[in-house]
Formats: sequence, C-alpha cells, structure tokens
Amino acid sequence: MGPVIAGARQDRPLLGEAEAPAPEPAPAAAVWCSGLRKRYRRRTAVDGVSLTVGRGEVVGLLGPNGAGKTTVIKILLGLVRPDAGEVMLLGRPARDPYARARVGYLPELFRYQPWLTAADVLALHARLAGVAVPDRERREFLAAVGLADRAGDRVGGFSKGMQQRLGLAVALVARPELVVLDEPTSAMDPIGRADVRDLLLSLKARRVAVLLNSHLIGEVERVCDRVFILDKGRVAASGTLAELLGRRELRLRLDEVSAEAEARLAEAGRLTRSGDAFTVALPAGEDTTTVPDLVADLVGLGVRVHAVEPGRISLEERLLDILRGDSDGESR
Amino acid sequence: MTVVLTLAALTLREAVRRRVLRALAVLTVALLALSAWGFSVLVRVEFDGSALTSGEAALVASQILNLVMFGLSLIAALGTAFLAGPTLAGEIESGIALAVLARPIRRSAVLLGKWLGLVVFGSGFVVTAGLAQFVIVRATAGYWPPQPAAALALLAAQTAVLLTLGLLLSTVISPMASGIVSVGLFGATWIAGVVGGVGQALHNEGVARVGTVSRMLLPTDGLWRGAMHALQDPIALAQLGGPALEGGFPFLSKAPLTPAYLAWTGLWVVLALGLAALAFHRRDL
Repeated sequence: MGPVIAGARQDRPLLGEAEAPAPEPAPAAAVWCSGLRKRYRRRTAVDGVSLTVGRGEVVGLLGPNGAGKTTVIKILLGLVRPDAGEVMLLGRPARDPYARARVGYLPELFRYQPWLTAADVLALHARLAGVAVPDRERREFLAAVGLADRAGDRVGGFSKGMQQRLGLAVALVARPELVVLDEPTSAMDPIGRADVRDLLLSLKARRVAVLLNSHLIGEVERVCDRVFILDKGRVAASGTLAELLGRRELRLRLDEVSAEAEARLAEAGRLTRSGDAFTVALPAGEDTTTVPDLVADLVGLGVRVHAVEPGRISLEERLLDILRGDSDGESR
Repeated sequence: MTVVLTLAALTLREAVRRRVLRALAVLTVALLALSAWGFSVLVRVEFDGSALTSGEAALVASQILNLVMFGLSLIAALGTAFLAGPTLAGEIESGIALAVLARPIRRSAVLLGKWLGLVVFGSGFVVTAGLAQFVIVRATAGYWPPQPAAALALLAAQTAVLLTLGLLLSTVISPMASGIVSVGLFGATWIAGVVGGVGQALHNEGVARVGTVSRMLLPTDGLWRGAMHALQDPIALAQLGGPALEGGFPFLSKAPLTPAYLAWTGLWVVLALGLAALAFHRRDL
C-alpha cells in the first residue's frame, strides 16, 4: 500500500481547485456556487469552496468529520449565511427563496413535527413548496420509502430509521429537480441502505440532480458521476470517478530481473520495488496491449514471472491518499 | 400569504396538542370554580349587621372581577409565553426548522405565521375563559361589566404583546429562557405599575413615573389597566370608590386607555416583530 500512496501524492492534477478561478455559471446548472466562505468565531468552517452540480448529475461530497460538508450544504439551501461567495440553484440566485421551489432536502439532523402523521408531514411540505401533489401521489412517495402502512401514524412514535425514511419522502414530495441528501442512510439498517441506493439510481434515471453527502464510500462509488472531496473547509480534490480512480496498477512477482528488465518495467509506468514484488503504476485509460506486451518483453529478457495481478485503486484508497497527503503536506 | 396561514394553522394545532394546554385548562377551571364560590358567598355575607347595598356590591364585584381576570390574564401570559419559546427556538434546536426553512419560503413569513397562530390561540383562550367568568359573576352576583367586548379585546392584546416578546426573545435565546424572561418582564411591569400607582397616591412624581415608563417599555400593564377600566362599574366607582382609586389600589383603574397609547401598543408589536424577523433572518441554523 505504501508505494501506491507515495506515488499518488506526486500527481494530483485535480488538487488545488479552490484557488482556481471560479467557472462561469452554466446556464441551468442544478447547483453553482463560487468562493463560499464561512467562519464561526475563530474557526473557519468553509474556505473558498466552489462547486457545480449539472442537471441530472449525481455528485458526491466526501471528506472527514468537520471538513465543512454539512455547512456547505446549509449555505446552498440558505440555512446558513456565508461570509462570502455566491450560490445559484437551478439558475436562480439562492438569495431568492423561490430558487428552492424545486429542491428537496434531507437534513443530517432529520426531525419532523412529532404530533403530525407521516401523511400530514408530506401534505405540509407539498403545501409549503407550493406544489399541488394529489393524495395518491403522496401515498406513493411513502410507499417508495417503505412507509405505506404507517401513513396514518404519528411521527413521534417512529424509530430513527423510519424518520429518516420519512425525510427522504419529504425531500422527494415536491417533484424536485435537485435533491440534497445529507447522510441519508446514517440511521438505516442494511436493507434501508440498499433501498436508498435504488432510490438514488431511480432519481438518476429520471435526470434529477442529486448532491449526496455520505460517509459510505461504497455508496458514493456506486451511484455518483462526480465527487468533491472536502478537507478543512476546502475542496481537496474533485472530478469524475474515472478521473479520480483512473490510475491502474500492476503488481508483479518476478525473479532474475536484470537491469534491462527493470528499465523495461519503469518504461511502462512508475515503478516501486520491494524484494521480488514490483508495482507499476499504469497510466489512466483502458487498453488491451500494455500488460501482455510488458509480460512478453519481460519473458524475452529472461525474467521468471511468478505472478501478474492487475489492480484498480478504490475510491476509499484514493480518499485516504488525498487526505493523508494533505496532513503530510502540513507537517512538512 | 398561503405560507403564513399554513404555518398559523400548524402552530395552532401544535399549541392545542401541547401539555401546556392541559395545564392551562386545569388552572382556568380551578380559578373559575373558586370565583363562582367566592361571588356566591359575597352576595349573602353581612357587614356590620347589614347586607351590601347594590352600589357597594357592584364596587366589590368590580374589584373581585378584576382580581379574577388578573388571574386569568396571568394564566394566559404564562401559557402563551411558554408556547412562544418552543415553537421557534425549540424547532431550531430540534432540527424541525431545517426541513421547513429549506422550502421556498421567507423566514419572515414563518415568523408571522407562528405569531398569528399564537395570537389566535391566546385570544381564543382569553375570550372563552373571560366570557365564562362574566357569566359566573352574572349568575352569582348579578353584575355584568359595562364594556365586556373592549375588556376582552384589551386582554387579548395584552396576551399578544407578551407572546410577541416571547417570540422576539426566542430568536436569540433558548426556548425555556425566553419563556422565563418574558413572564418575568410581565411581572416586573405589573409591579412597576403598582409602584407608579402608589407614587400617584402620594403625589410623588418620580415614583409615579416608574409606572408610566414601564408601561411604555412593555405595554402589558397599560393594556391590563385599560381592561380593568372596562370591567368596573363606573357609577358605583364614582359614588363609592374615590378613596380606593386615589390610594392606588392595584385592582381598580382610574382612566380608560387613550387612542395614543393604543397606537403605541400597535407600533410596539410591529417593531418587536420586525426586530424578531431581523434576528431570525440573520440566524444560522
């Protein structure tokens, strides 16, 4: 693992976006924000965050605790006033409350009026959103989150997981074009998590934009088109999954490696060696010739090949790599 | 406007569901029952070997009615102050406000809706309990206040002023603290009013000014005095109540409210609501 991280630290083409000039607002991006800053007394929570979520795009927000993810989300939704920066939602400045007319939100701290029934809560949110949602459709939303038979029960009697499911239905009830989900599975059991994943995929299929903040990297990896990694209030890295995870590596166990053979290995990609284990970081992009050609050449050079194991860097490794890289950078 | 009405209805529904309401109902019924018993004894009792004349009875009934209505207004004040705090600050603390305020609505509309719901609740309580009290006095002592509608309207206004204060405080401090502070200020203003009355009786302008100033700062006591004036029998008071009035007795009121004072009260409510809206608008959730 060590060499992978060391190698990855050197080429971080996607880092430092915070300092890059903000992109022009796309005509109808679901979310566009630029230069967001927020200080709480002496602590800087958000420090120059710019990000975009295109229409119909599913974007993940990752980062350690206290990285500023929830604060960014709250700024986008007008719940927290930024000290600086600009936000557009679905093409409207977020200062205008009507920018949120087609936005659904599941907060990290999800609580709904305990004296209302689940059906009442949905009716209330549809009314507040100014959307006429027929009763039948509201029941469908409850059914979609697995609360069909609890529609008439008071929210006060719901478990945390059920309240979070209700929160999902609330986020979806006003036929949103953008859904912001802050840790949507934090209180859910594995079945609930699978349901949320299906729900996210169905939103994606319906071209509803989603901004997803989640600690579950597997979840993000499976559904997100793009990822923003936040650390200490800044965007530490961002890009499509292919961009972030594009690099492949090849692990080999070799014997009788001559200097010539080692040069051939280094030609294929950045090489690290420990004993008879060699790791070659291959450049991004799928191709069918690099690995067989390399192996053929090595055999031709008299190398005895014991094992060849292609590997892909997971988002989790990449995330740790980026975050650790940051803290190393600081201590230096 | 739909948002304001939706939230007013929601707040009203919440208020009705809260345990505070049950406590209010128990207190009110206890007070009404006690006053029914008191008034029925009053008309039969003999002082110095003779029953009260009709004028004396009206004067005593006025005073006791004022006393009981003060109790009712205190219950209304406590109830609404402790409802106003949780409805805003409590929802911010619990997180209920997050999902609601992420909707395409203005925070000022949320505040106004909650205020309206609480005003309807407080006024409903004052009118119901007040009318019940009037009927009890009528049935037991045969006394009917000269301006019942004005009295109830002023009591409702007093409740509205106090819950506006509660809402304003709850935008900046915790729910329980806002309830305690607003009830404390309500009590302090009443006491300042009594002190001012004593100052008037002693012709000490400095002391009298205490009541005047406190009545401007928080109009609850002024409105309460206006309500008392509307409840007491003017003829009996003119004939028999002179010394009590001059002596600054706290359950009799000398003069009706001036239109200027009512206008100031209206302005006070608008200013307090505006300030609350400003504080709420700037608040990070």
